[in-house]
Amino acid sequence: MKSRRRVTNTIIFILLLIGAVFMIGPLLWMLSTSLKDKQDVFALPPVWIPNPFQFGKYKEIWEAGPLLSGIKNSVIIAVSVTLIGTFTSSLAAFAFAKLKFPAKNKIFLLMLSSLMIPYPAVMIPQFFMFSKLGWVDTLLPLIVPGLFGNIVMIFFLRQYLSSVPNAIIEAAKIDGSSYFRLYSSITFPLIKPAVAAQLILWFMGIWNDYLSPIIYLNSPEKQTLQLVIANFNATYAIQTDYPLIMAASIIALLPMLIIFLIFQKQIIESVAISGVKG
Amino acid sequence: MNQKSNLYRKEKIYGFLFILPPLLGLLIFTLYPMIYSIYGSFTDWDGLGQMNLVGLSNFKDLWTDELFHKALFNTLFMMLGIPIGIVLALLLALGLNRGVPGTTAFRVIYYVPVISSLAAVSIMWNWAYNGDYGLVNQFLDLFGISGPNWMANKYTVKPALIIMAVWKGVGYTMLLYLAALQSVSRSYYEAAELDGAGSFKAFWHITWPMVRPVTFFIIVTNIIGGSQIFTEMNIMTPTGGPEYASASVVFYIWQKAFGNFQMGYASAMAVVLGAFIFVVTLIQFRMNEKQSFDVD
Repeated sequence: MKSRRRVTNTIIFILLLIGAVFMIGPLLWMLSTSLKDKQDVFALPPVWIPNPFQFGKYKEIWEAGPLLSGIKNSVIIAVSVTLIGTFTSSLAAFAFAKLKFPAKNKIFLLMLSSLMIPYPAVMIPQFFMFSKLGWVDTLLPLIVPGLFGNIVMIFFLRQYLSSVPNAIIEAAKIDGSSYFRLYSSITFPLIKPAVAAQLILWFMGIWNDYLSPIIYLNSPEKQTLQLVIANFNATYAIQTDYPLIMAASIIALLPMLIIFLIFQKQIIESVAISGVKG
Repeated sequence: MNQKSNLYRKEKIYGFLFILPPLLGLLIFTLYPMIYSIYGSFTDWDGLGQMNLVGLSNFKDLWTDELFHKALFNTLFMMLGIPIGIVLALLLALGLNRGVPGTTAFRVIYYVPVISSLAAVSIMWNWAYNGDYGLVNQFLDLFGISGPNWMANKYTVKPALIIMAVWKGVGYTMLLYLAALQSVSRSYYEAAELDGAGSFKAFWHITWPMVRPVTFFIIVTNIIGGSQIFTEMNIMTPTGGPEYASASVVFYIWQKAFGNFQMGYASAMAVVLGAFIFVVTLIQFRMNEKQSFDVD
């Protein structure tokens, strides 16, 4: 019995390994292409290990297009939204979970049901709202809505807060603690890990977003990183400069990959919890 | 008594104050635009001139608009990736749940495409699908198959996008299944073993029913996500693909709204899409009522 189990496990391990090759292979190929010279790209059979390694493209891309300003814009949007938005979201989650006020649950349900409304269904009027304000081709339409908070995060933190005993909060209340202090010095420290995981997921979502930036941002120097690399693709594919395109894509992918590798435990846990809770 | 009601009044004020930002955000950036979308769908709105009410004419036009039908069909067709992804993810999760060596590494590797930027991986897959030099056809060459020029052929462009979508999303689904599997008590399997049930029977009568809520969650969220698919086609087939074979509904909305300035018409499509997602989500809420959303 035991040896049969070991054989099965070995087979499964090998299958998982083959699967892993398929998952990571295209990304490695992308990396390898970015390090080839132009002729090697079209070599048949394919060359996996470039000979010699050409790091030139990683220098060239900074001059080839507004990559640096793309990174800067993406960082500005993602950082300002996640920092302020996390504050407003966690404050609201605290109120929903631990404070008593009329119509609380009705408002919460209203927010939850608004999750049913997809972005494409509201993007056209939103565009006109921002265009009336003269905000098209600025980063503001991508920043301002996020500052008001994120409903998914509120929902998640509210669930998490239900495991924080009310007694702690009641005791502090009796001690005359202000409501903001209840949030900032008692609740927030307790939910920090959940906040961090949600913040990272949100950050990744904004960093990788494509639809809303493409609607609002026209001038190359205003565009986010995702738009910049998409434009690289459109421009340099005609010149078949695939190493350059792949190098730019690697740059777009790398920051999230690093964040993921550092925080993978928290991210994976957070995803797993949100899924199981539905 | 007086002090207590005073305290409650204060709590009321602060409670409202704390939820005010997201509530305002919801009203300004979601509810108001949604009502405006619905109103716009009944007008000839072009983004510049006056909005004239035209009744149901936008919706009637949709009924006969061939490109819309194509976009709708493409969007639904690409949802074939959902069952494929579910089966693969469940198999992967079952494999990982046995505690084979390297579980953590596998989890990370399978999850890397999930966190990767969709724009970047679209660019990469577009190159991989290149008919002459692409990775996919070079791989098929190993088996003596000469592959097509995937993105330029109306029969292969959708399967190509499905393969890519499965690759991108399977890690996420796998993770959800893995979490669900780990919460299934071992004692069920021990009991089944005592009753002489084989592994297939155990799977069918224990595992599958136990992960049912997760399966349901995945189906619903994937349908919602799948109905909004856009980035891939925008990057890989900027014109909507050969014979419009890869355009999605959101792609068509985007084209009509920001390319042709037919805002009223695009709004009508957005309303149809919104209604579809509303119904799908409503079903999920109904089915899940007993298990989660315990709004006390």
